Amino acid sequence: MTLRVDNLKVWYRTPRGEVQALDGVSFGVADGEIVGLAGESGCGKSTLGRSLIRLDAAMRHVDGTVELDGKELPIADDERMSGFRFKEVSIIPQYAMSALNPTRRIGGMLAELLESRGVGMAGVRDELRRRLELVGLDAEVLDRYPIELSGGMKQRMVMVISTMLNPSLLIADEVTSALDVSTQKAVAETLVEFRDRHYVKSTLFITHDLSLVYQIADSIVVMYAGRLAEKAPTDTLVAAPRHPYTRMLLAALPEVGVRYGARRLQGIPGSPPSLLTPPTGCRFRDRCPLAFDKCATQPPFVEVAPDHLVACWKAG
Amino acid sequence: MLRLDRISKTYRIGTFGSRELTAVRDVSFQVHPGEVISLIGESGSGKSTIGRMILRLTGVSAGTISFDGTDIAGFKGRGLRTYYGNVQGVFQDPFSCYNPIFRAERVLEMLRGPWFPGLDDRQWRDKVAASLEAVRLDPAQVLGKYPHQLSGGQLQRLLVARALLLDIRLLVADEIISMLDASTRIDVLNLLGDLKARGLGILFITHDLSLGNYLSDQTVILRRGEVVEQGPTERVFGRPEHPYTRALLASVPQLHRKWDRTGPGVRGAAGESA
Amino acid sequence: MTVSDADELAAATPAAATPVTVAGVRGRREALQVARRNRKLLVGLAVVLVFLAVAVVGPLLTDHGPNEYVGPPAQRPSARWWFGTTMFGQDVFAQFAHGLRATFLVGLLGGGLAAVIGMVVGFTAGYRGGAADEALSMLTNVVLVIPTLAVLLIIATYLRVRGVVPEAIFIGLFSWPWVARAIRAQTFSLRTRDFVDLARLSGVGGARIVLREIVPNMSSYLFMTFILLFGGSVLMAATLDFIGLGPTEGISLGLMMNNAVLWSALPLGMWWWFVPPGLGITMIVGALYIMNVGLDEVFNPRLREL
Repeated sequence: MTLRVDNLKVWYRTPRGEVQALDGVSFGVADGEIVGLAGESGCGKSTLGRSLIRLDAAMRHVDGTVELDGKELPIADDERMSGFRFKEVSIIPQYAMSALNPTRRIGGMLAELLESRGVGMAGVRDELRRRLELVGLDAEVLDRYPIELSGGMKQRMVMVISTMLNPSLLIADEVTSALDVSTQKAVAETLVEFRDRHYVKSTLFITHDLSLVYQIADSIVVMYAGRLAEKAPTDTLVAAPRHPYTRMLLAALPEVGVRYGARRLQGIPGSPPSLLTPPTGCRFRDRCPLAFDKCATQPPFVEVAPDHLVACWKAG
Repeated sequence: MLRLDRISKTYRIGTFGSRELTAVRDVSFQVHPGEVISLIGESGSGKSTIGRMILRLTGVSAGTISFDGTDIAGFKGRGLRTYYGNVQGVFQDPFSCYNPIFRAERVLEMLRGPWFPGLDDRQWRDKVAASLEAVRLDPAQVLGKYPHQLSGGQLQRLLVARALLLDIRLLVADEIISMLDASTRIDVLNLLGDLKARGLGILFITHDLSLGNYLSDQTVILRRGEVVEQGPTERVFGRPEHPYTRALLASVPQLHRKWDRTGPGVRGAAGESA
Repeated sequence: MTVSDADELAAATPAAATPVTVAGVRGRREALQVARRNRKLLVGLAVVLVFLAVAVVGPLLTDHGPNEYVGPPAQRPSARWWFGTTMFGQDVFAQFAHGLRATFLVGLLGGGLAAVIGMVVGFTAGYRGGAADEALSMLTNVVLVIPTLAVLLIIATYLRVRGVVPEAIFIGLFSWPWVARAIRAQTFSLRTRDFVDLARLSGVGGARIVLREIVPNMSSYLFMTFILLFGGSVLMAATLDFIGLGPTEGISLGLMMNNAVLWSALPLGMWWWFVPPGLGITMIVGALYIMNVGLDEVFNPRLREL
């Protein structure tokens, strides 16, 4: 088991109070697994990703533990975490491709990054070239400035950079959102490639696009309002979802071949609850067609079938 | 109703405008009353440029766009305003469409002076309420608020309400749901479907093929400013002829169907778009 | 891109139902309410008004002119001479009060003129683009590089008698280029925003779009430029006064400081001669800056909720 998250609670400090972004999240990622973390905006998936690498000063670790390869990750301690970042846990942050320093050549930036982790550029040059070739980039891209590359190229470049030191866990936060459909496919497949070649042990693929996650993930975790709703192997989740939210979400996705006249898709009425003052009990209660009295108590995230966990009283 | 005849758009770029960039080349298609056309393309395909040209926000370099037979390039002043009473647009980023320092309903207020000068306050309020109802927004939840207090879905629907105030015949919807969540996307999409059923023509510009497929009667596929395939939606999606269309369809992630992996040595499937 | 987690979560608080109203009127009233409670705005405004009051009322409290020799020289501040006297026995308070008038006049007139020119040039160039922009940018650059002092010297040779108003106009005519540039740049960026497109789709014409969509978004910035122009005019006037190119009659705060330095007020410890004018200029310009920060909070609803 590469990653073991236990009852993780992370809150955000904002001027309006503390947002309870993550409220007791527990799950595991097996060795070599690609886990898709799916949900809509505000569900906490990005917070979860970032809290595993402690990249945000406004985050406050309230409770819970994270274990990576059997060792506990000091996610509450920024300084101690920096020893793990990039080496054992690495992240491709959201908007990464827009965050490359426009005034530096890519090679220079990478050399600096490696040096800060005690790795000389000369030693990894060959490996770097191999990886660049794998993603379809020429080695001379290292001499270019970020502005000379297209969006897809930058994204692939960032992926290579983030995985240079073969981390155990890679967190890919919305890495395909701003890309065209064909580049999206290339980038997503690259993630699988990295896993297959052991550049990365396990991957947490964060996205709002369920159909994309279906393509490459081994299991999918669906989040809602700071809590986990369902976790199951990919095919099971899509074919036989048990949580009402997952079901409604899947039913709201337009597909090629589905036409308005033939089958009218339904959205989910209402909106997610505010996490400044979250409601008690199940957070999906107000929008759930299956809600009943017991939902006033938060259902536990339990295994209802092998490897299939759901947080719903009606799922058992 | 709307007819594009060999439309082209070129920009001058580079120092002293020495080079030319062709964003749109020789595009032709038509929109009939009550018809939904999907304009599908990736970034750099020129689809937004075409939308802007139809809305007279950018000039046309070559070719003609005609509405009900008249060339729209000639519209000025009152003629232009009449055109806008028939054709309106909604854009991608709901938060960018609203002037952040004013209340959200100002986008509706802006229409009052030029188009409804004779209405008194109560009549105007009734008209606004009717529009909001048509897009299924609760007036109490939306009026009096600033844009940052409303969600993306509400803002987009408010923009559609604005267009409906004018009783338009064609709506240019440029990526209007790309920035919305999956659960609200479908609501806005269904709304467009209802409006289409009531006779509204829609030019639905998007990069997302599944969205294009859901609503439209006709589909136009663009690549780098040129039309590569067009025709009835079911045929374009069901039996695509152009290799680009086929590649696009193969790259779209879909539930219940996995991609064919291209194998080791990953390259862009349908070509790199800058 | 979808909105970041924290913002989405914080903004999703269900609001109480508000009655259906017509926008516009209520918006203005609300802005006034917020303005009335903003401390920075009130404090800054109070300071400026105090000085303005002194400028208006002060000269009426003295029965002699600012440059008359009315008392014993180099007197410390006392009950008789509130700000003491100068080296020549002139009443420093009278000078200060009259000087404030001149200062406000130069600031308002010079700053106002520069602001108007800068805004017209900046907005037109930024909104129109193309040939208009090129012509106006050329004009801006030319005015920017003209050596103002040299021109002023030439003008001074021809004008025997100079008043505060010509000085203000002259300053106004030469300090606008940076304003035009800054406004042009901001207008360029605002012009590409979708809400400007939406305004065009509403059948609103060019000038009205600038006035109703773009200017309000920049209102606090425009006020800030006016503050800077006001202060800049005052300081420029002081410079001109210092080298003898200022008004040939009357008094201003800059002239006071100049005289104080020329007649060795500092080594002689005559602090009452240069401290009031210096403090006056500093406090007025400082208060205006504070007002501006407060105004930003009033104008921008997003800052209000923090």
